[in-house]
Amino acid sequence: MLKANAILQPEQAKWKQLAYFLFNKGSTTIGLILLFVIMSFASSDFLTIDNLLNVFRQSAVLCIMAVAMTFIIISGGIDLSAGSQIAVSGVIAAGLIAAGVPVPLAILITIVVGAAIGLFVGTVISTQKIPPFIVTLAMLTILSGIAFVYTEGNPIPINDAFFRSLGRGYLGPIPVPIIIMIAVAIVGHLLLTHTRFGRAIYAIGGNEEAARLCGIRVNWVKTGIYVFGSMVMSIAGILLASRLSTGSPNAGTGSELDAIAAVVLGGTNLFGGEGKIVGTLMGVAIISILNNGLNLLNVPSYHQLMIKGIVILAAVWFNSMKSRRASAA
Amino acid sequence: MKQPILELKNIVKEFYGNRALSNVSLTLMPGSVHAIVGENGAGKSTFIKILTGAYSKTSGDIYVGGELINQMDPLMSKKLGIHCIYQELNVANDLTVAENVFLGIQPVKRFGLIHWKKMNQDAKVIFDSLQIRIDPKQLVRHVSIAQKQMIEIARAISQQAKVLIMDEPTSSLSDREIEILLRLIGELKQQGIGILYISHRMDEIFRIADTVTVLRDGQHIKTMPLKEVSGVDELVELMANRKVADYFNKVEVPIGKPVLKVEGLSKSNMFHNIGFELREGEIVGIAGLVGSGRTEIAMTLFGMLKKDSGTISIDGRPVDIRSPRDAIKLGIGFVTENRKETGLALKMSVRENMTLPTLKQFDKMLWVDRKKESKAAEEYRTRLNIKTTSLEQQISKLSGGNQQKAIIARWMIQGTRILILDEPCRGVDVRAKAEIFAQISKLAQQGITVLMISSEIQEIVGMSDRVIVMKEGHMAGMLEKPMITPDHILKLAFGGANSA
Repeated sequence: MLKANAILQPEQAKWKQLAYFLFNKGSTTIGLILLFVIMSFASSDFLTIDNLLNVFRQSAVLCIMAVAMTFIIISGGIDLSAGSQIAVSGVIAAGLIAAGVPVPLAILITIVVGAAIGLFVGTVISTQKIPPFIVTLAMLTILSGIAFVYTEGNPIPINDAFFRSLGRGYLGPIPVPIIIMIAVAIVGHLLLTHTRFGRAIYAIGGNEEAARLCGIRVNWVKTGIYVFGSMVMSIAGILLASRLSTGSPNAGTGSELDAIAAVVLGGTNLFGGEGKIVGTLMGVAIISILNNGLNLLNVPSYHQLMIKGIVILAAVWFNSMKSRRASAA
Repeated sequence: MKQPILELKNIVKEFYGNRALSNVSLTLMPGSVHAIVGENGAGKSTFIKILTGAYSKTSGDIYVGGELINQMDPLMSKKLGIHCIYQELNVANDLTVAENVFLGIQPVKRFGLIHWKKMNQDAKVIFDSLQIRIDPKQLVRHVSIAQKQMIEIARAISQQAKVLIMDEPTSSLSDREIEILLRLIGELKQQGIGILYISHRMDEIFRIADTVTVLRDGQHIKTMPLKEVSGVDELVELMANRKVADYFNKVEVPIGKPVLKVEGLSKSNMFHNIGFELREGEIVGIAGLVGSGRTEIAMTLFGMLKKDSGTISIDGRPVDIRSPRDAIKLGIGFVTENRKETGLALKMSVRENMTLPTLKQFDKMLWVDRKKESKAAEEYRTRLNIKTTSLEQQISKLSGGNQQKAIIARWMIQGTRILILDEPCRGVDVRAKAEIFAQISKLAQQGITVLMISSEIQEIVGMSDRVIVMKEGHMAGMLEKPMITPDHILKLAFGGANSA
């Protein structure tokens, strides 16, 4: 009774409604704008086309990872092995190219291997009912080990010009990685919002039992999420290998945490059930601008770690406060 | 004459203006067993919660040992020696029996170390005094449910309990264990403890109670010495005589051909040899106490539980239902008893919740056709009068009644032929109740078969063409039209004398 009244009261002050909206829906937007404005004033090098393109280009790998992570987190899962998947796909692509496999085929095989990893992870999670946290934590070390064994610990250089252009080239004035990033984001957004698969992901993350009782094949969908996620991760891995011109078993280490942070900064609920690709893009932008800005301001890299951590903690705190408010309302 | 240990005078409890209890009085003498009976929702739990301090009374007086207690809270209640053994037992499985008995008040040696020897000895003394054989050093994980219950009783004794409240203590015990418990209650009486005994099982009440109080709709109907009760029937009649609410819009419709047939359906520990037939346009109620196997039958029909034996046929053909998905494909819909846990994706919108099982209908190539989807959702929102600011509103923001309507709409959009409703009006206000029942009636008019489980006897009586009454996993009976009365249903459900 009380609830209904609170919502239906039209005479509630306008500014209160605005504050409520900004606090609940627009906190990421405001954070991003604020950061942007502060950086523009703090460093004269920040607000230049060259620098902004640079920010975008560098954020491509993180962004693609974060899109995949968004799917997984909305479904109520998590993928801690994302960084290791980056390494594995990078070294596989590099190894295949070094062995003389044509580049398109090498890319295809790498993505298929990614799908296989996702199939394994998804099957274990959905059929054996082991929490995603544990399964992907184990995968983190297993995959990292595979990458090191495969390369015997040495990075594999890549000399193919076409492959290198994926991460470094330009299509007209626009860097290729940005185009790939935008394509992945659009596909992700459409899948989530316009398909039955996407709807099932939200339903499973929101209430798995209710989803099952509505006839959704929960195990299939869950497996599908990890297959899709790992395929996208391997695209990110290929891109990173291309940018570095090497397949390194060290590449991508720890980047899963940046991806998770971006997703959470973007307002996706860490417990599943809600989230948007658009939010994730903003989360990625915040992390990237923060990185770039702190570099421009010559903040030592050790200090950067602390600042990034504090920003992430504050964002998660915001997120949890939001959901606590929602459940209290 | 002895002084009563517990006296309650004109206890009233209101929730936001609704009276859950009005003028209930009760006197408990030491060394006696006072039974409280009433059907579901009669106010028994509210009454217990006031005694244990979980709820505060709206008005009335509570005297413990002749002393007026103004402010009852859980701590105070314990201090006064009032202990409650709930249906859900409250023990730590990974601690020993003795540790559980003295949980939180373990005897200690110097430096705060637990005095194991003393604890085990003390526990043994208590068990001996109750003539219970149980090893205090054993892990609770390895003891039976009945023994866990005894641990709780021993815990109460160790804390000098004067009043012991037992809420359905025998509901999960075997016959042999019940015997032991009833003997134990005799032992407790000897020790001068007063027992408030809540149970649905009439035979137990007649065996152990000295006095009985009947509650109905929160009203205190009668308190009398058990000697003066003529039999089970008298108690059941006192419990059942409820006024009929007028919000049922039951429309008589011609009953069509058989749709679903169940034969010899069994699931161990849940239900046994269930057989019935449902026909087009028919509303069949399932009555019975909580735990009598009602929900489990529904879950089996919907593929959530696997049957041990028996057959389910639809349109005369035996079917194999292994998952909710199979059930939905066969035209079955299920509105579960717990909206929030198994019905709704609370963070999703009203529209998305309404179309969750049906999305395939709106597929256009690879995409979901949003326009078509919204149109369908809008149509059913109007038909069911779902009150929401918009279809895009988060469903968690809706009232219980409107959430329930959205779930029913979900199965209407799906085109369900057989709709199972488990407690369709739990936590729903009266107005929404009337609307939901009107919709159920309309569904039947359209030839849809409805199977409705309810603990509210009036709902069953008001809506059903036929009623299946369950008792302890068995079908106690099947009632047809003129025989569908609260009286008959309760007698079957409680296992009273003359079955209809």
